[in-house]
Amino acid sequence: MSEYLPVILPLVWAVILAIGVLIYVVLDGFDLGLGVLFPFAPNHRCRDAMMNSVAPYWDGNETWLVLGGGGLLAAFPLAYSLLLPALYLPLILMLCGLILRGVAFEFRYKAETSRWMWDWAFAGGSTLAAFVQGAAIGCFIQGFEIKDNAYAGGAFDWLTPFVIVTGVALVAGYVLLACGWLIMKGDDELRDWAYDIGKKALIAVAAFILIFSIWTPLMHDEIAERWFSLGNMVMLSPVPILTALSVVGVWYALEKRWTYVPFLLSIVIFLLCYTGLIVSLFPFIIPPDITIWDAAAAPKSQLFMLYGAIPLVPIILGYTAYSYYSMWHVKDHGYH
Amino acid sequence: MFDLDPVMLARIQFAFTVSFHILFPAFTIGLSMWLFVLECLWLRTGKPIYLDTAKHWSKIFAVSFGMGVVSGIVMSYEFGTNWSVLSREGGNILGPLLSYEVLTAFFLEAGFLGIMLFGWNHVPKGVHLLATGAVAFGTLISAFWILSANSWMQTPAGYEVIDGVLHAKDWVELIFNPSFPYRFAHMVTAAYLTTAFCVGGIGAWYLLRNRSVPHGKIMLGMALSLIVWMAPMQLVIGDLHGLNTLEHQPAKVAALEAHWETGSGIPLILFAIPDNEAEENHFEVAIPGLGSLILTHEWDGEVRGLKSWAKEDRPNPIIPFFAFRLMVGCGMIMIALGFIGAFLWFRGTLFTTRWYLRSMVICWPIGFVAVLAGWFVTEVGRQPWVVYNILRTEDAVSPVPGGSVLTTLILFVVVYFFIFGAGMYYMAKLVRRGPDETPPEPDEDEVDLSRRPMAASGNP
Repeated sequence: MSEYLPVILPLVWAVILAIGVLIYVVLDGFDLGLGVLFPFAPNHRCRDAMMNSVAPYWDGNETWLVLGGGGLLAAFPLAYSLLLPALYLPLILMLCGLILRGVAFEFRYKAETSRWMWDWAFAGGSTLAAFVQGAAIGCFIQGFEIKDNAYAGGAFDWLTPFVIVTGVALVAGYVLLACGWLIMKGDDELRDWAYDIGKKALIAVAAFILIFSIWTPLMHDEIAERWFSLGNMVMLSPVPILTALSVVGVWYALEKRWTYVPFLLSIVIFLLCYTGLIVSLFPFIIPPDITIWDAAAAPKSQLFMLYGAIPLVPIILGYTAYSYYSMWHVKDHGYH
Repeated sequence: MFDLDPVMLARIQFAFTVSFHILFPAFTIGLSMWLFVLECLWLRTGKPIYLDTAKHWSKIFAVSFGMGVVSGIVMSYEFGTNWSVLSREGGNILGPLLSYEVLTAFFLEAGFLGIMLFGWNHVPKGVHLLATGAVAFGTLISAFWILSANSWMQTPAGYEVIDGVLHAKDWVELIFNPSFPYRFAHMVTAAYLTTAFCVGGIGAWYLLRNRSVPHGKIMLGMALSLIVWMAPMQLVIGDLHGLNTLEHQPAKVAALEAHWETGSGIPLILFAIPDNEAEENHFEVAIPGLGSLILTHEWDGEVRGLKSWAKEDRPNPIIPFFAFRLMVGCGMIMIALGFIGAFLWFRGTLFTTRWYLRSMVICWPIGFVAVLAGWFVTEVGRQPWVVYNILRTEDAVSPVPGGSVLTTLILFVVVYFFIFGAGMYYMAKLVRRGPDETPPEPDEDEVDLSRRPMAASGNP
C-alpha cells in the first residue's frame, strides 16, 4: 500500500484543490461580479441592495482563496514556490484589490460624506481582482519559464495579449454569475436589470469560450493533440457539446425569466470550462514542465492533512450551507 | 542605504504587512470572547444593557475583523511571493500547519461571522450565541496554528532534512515544539490584555464625558477584572518564555539584553545604545548582578554574550534591546493600572476618580504597542535565521528583482495607511456615537442611510 501513496496522494490532493478552486471561483465569482456591475446599477437603492445581498458571505467566500494558498503550499510546495514569484506583481495587485473591496463592505455603511470613495473601492477592487484571476488562468495555459526549480523569467513575462483576453473573459464570466445571483436575491427592479445585463454577459462569455477553443490549441501543439486526436475527440466531445447546450439553456432561462436556473446553469458553464482547462493541462501543475507528482509534498505531509480534510471539509460545507440558508431572506444587513 | 537589496526589501515588506496584520487579531481574539461573555450574561440575566453593549461593540468588531481578514489574505500568499525558498524547503511542515489553520479556524470564523453580525433578529438566540462562540473559538484555534508554525521556525523539532528539504518526522513533537506553549500563552494573554485596555479605556472615556454611564461602568469594570490578574500573570508567562528562549535561542537573549561578553553574575542593563560594529554599549546604565538573576533565576548564572557568535551568526541587538524595554515597560504600566484600579474599586471610587479614568483613556493602545514590540524582539532576535539554525533569511528569499519588491512595498504602504486611517476614523465614529440605549427594533426591510439614527447625545 505505502508504495502507491506517492502516486495516489498527489492525485487526491489535486482533486481536492481543484474542487476548492472551483468553489472559490463560483462563490467569489458572483461576489466580485457584483463589484464589477456596481457602478452600472440603475440607482443608489439598487447598489445598497446589491451590497447587502452578499455582505454576510463575502468573508466566507474569500476564505476559499486562503485555502487555495495554504493548500497549494501544503500539498504542492514546489508549485507554490514557483507560481507566486512568477506572478508576483499581478498577485499583489489582486491582493490590494481584494483589500479595498473587502473593507468597503464595512466602511461604506459607516461613511456618510465619503461613501462614494468606498463605492469606487468596491467596484475598482473587485474588477481588478477578477481581471488578475482571469489573467492568472491565462498564464497557466501560456506556461512559465522554470530553471533549477526556480522561476527564471522576468517581472512582466506574464503580460501578453492572450493573458489580457483571459482576464477580460473571466470578468465577463463573473458578471454572468453576479446576474444570476441578483435574479435570485434582488427585488423586481434589480431583477429586470439583471435579466438584461445577464444576456449581454452571456453573449460575451460565449464569444470568449469560442475564442479560447481556437486560440489555445493554436498556442500549444500538445493541447491540440489532446483534444483533436481521433479517440480523444470522441471521448471529450461531451465537454464542448454540453457547454453549448448550457449556454443556450442560460439564454432560454433568461428569456423565460426563471429565478434559479440562470445562476445554476451558469455554474455548469464554469464547471465545463474548468474541466476543459484541466483536460488541456493535466497532469501539469506548473506547465509546461512540472507535474503534480514533481511538485508534491512528502507523502507524510499530504497524508497528515488528508486525515484532517476528510472530516473537516464536509463540516465546513455544512455550516457554510447553513449560513447561506439562515441568512437567505434577510434583506437588511446594513444596520450594523 | 537603499541599494534595492531584495532581502532587506522583502524583510521590510514582510515586517510592515505582518505588523499591520497582527494589530487586528490582537484586538479581535479578545473582543470576540468578550462579546461572547456579554451575550451569555444577557441571556442569563435578561438585562438589555448587556445586549446594547454587545451590539455596539460588535460594530467595532466588524470593522476591525474585516481589516484583519483582508490583511491576512496577503500573509497567506506572501510566504510564496517573497520567501519562495522557505516555501519550497519548509512547505512539508509549514504548509500543513497553515492549512489546518484555514480548515479549523478561518472557515469557522467566516462561516459564522455573517450570522454573528447580521443575524441578531433572524436566527434563534441560542444559534446566535453559538455563532458568536464559534467566531471567538475560531480566533483561538487560529492563534494556536499560526503560533505553532512560528514557534517551529524559532525552535524546530520533530523534523528531518532529506536532500535539503525539511520533512516531518513526528507531528506531535513538531506542533508542540519547545517554544510553542510559552509563545501561545504569551500571545493569547497579550491579545486579551490588548482588548481589555481598549474596552476599559473607552469605558473610562464615557464615564469622563458622563454619557452612557451604565455601559461605561460595565466596560471599565469587566476590563479591570481581567487586567488585575492577567497583567501580573503575563509577567510570569513572559519570564518563563524568557527562560525557554535562553535555552533554545541564547543569541536572542544576549541581543535583547545587549550583553557582549559571556559571564556569570552579569548586570541588568537599564539603558544603553548597543553598537554592533564596535561590539560594545555606549551610555550604559546598569545594575550589577541583577541580569543573571532575572535571566537564569540564579545570582551567578552564566549567560552567553553576543561576542561568542560570529557577527554573521547573531542578530544586531539594537532593535531587540529597545523593543524589549518598551514591551516590559508597557507591561509594568498595565500591572500598575490594574492594581490601582482594583484598589479604587475596593474603596468604591473607581468610577469617579478622574485622574485614573484619564490614565485609562490615554493607555487604550498600550496593548498594541506591547504586542508589536514583543514581536519585534522575537522576530529580529532570531535573525539571521528564518528557520533557526537551519535556513538563513538571506537564503530563503524569492528570485524576485528588488524593483518589484520596492514597488509592491510602496503599494502596500499606501493602501494600508489609507484603509488603516479610514478604519480608525470609522471606529472612532462608532465609539463617539455610543451604544443605542433602547434596542432598535422593529425590523426595517430597507436600508435608508439618510435615516440612520445619529447618537442621541450628538457628537462631542
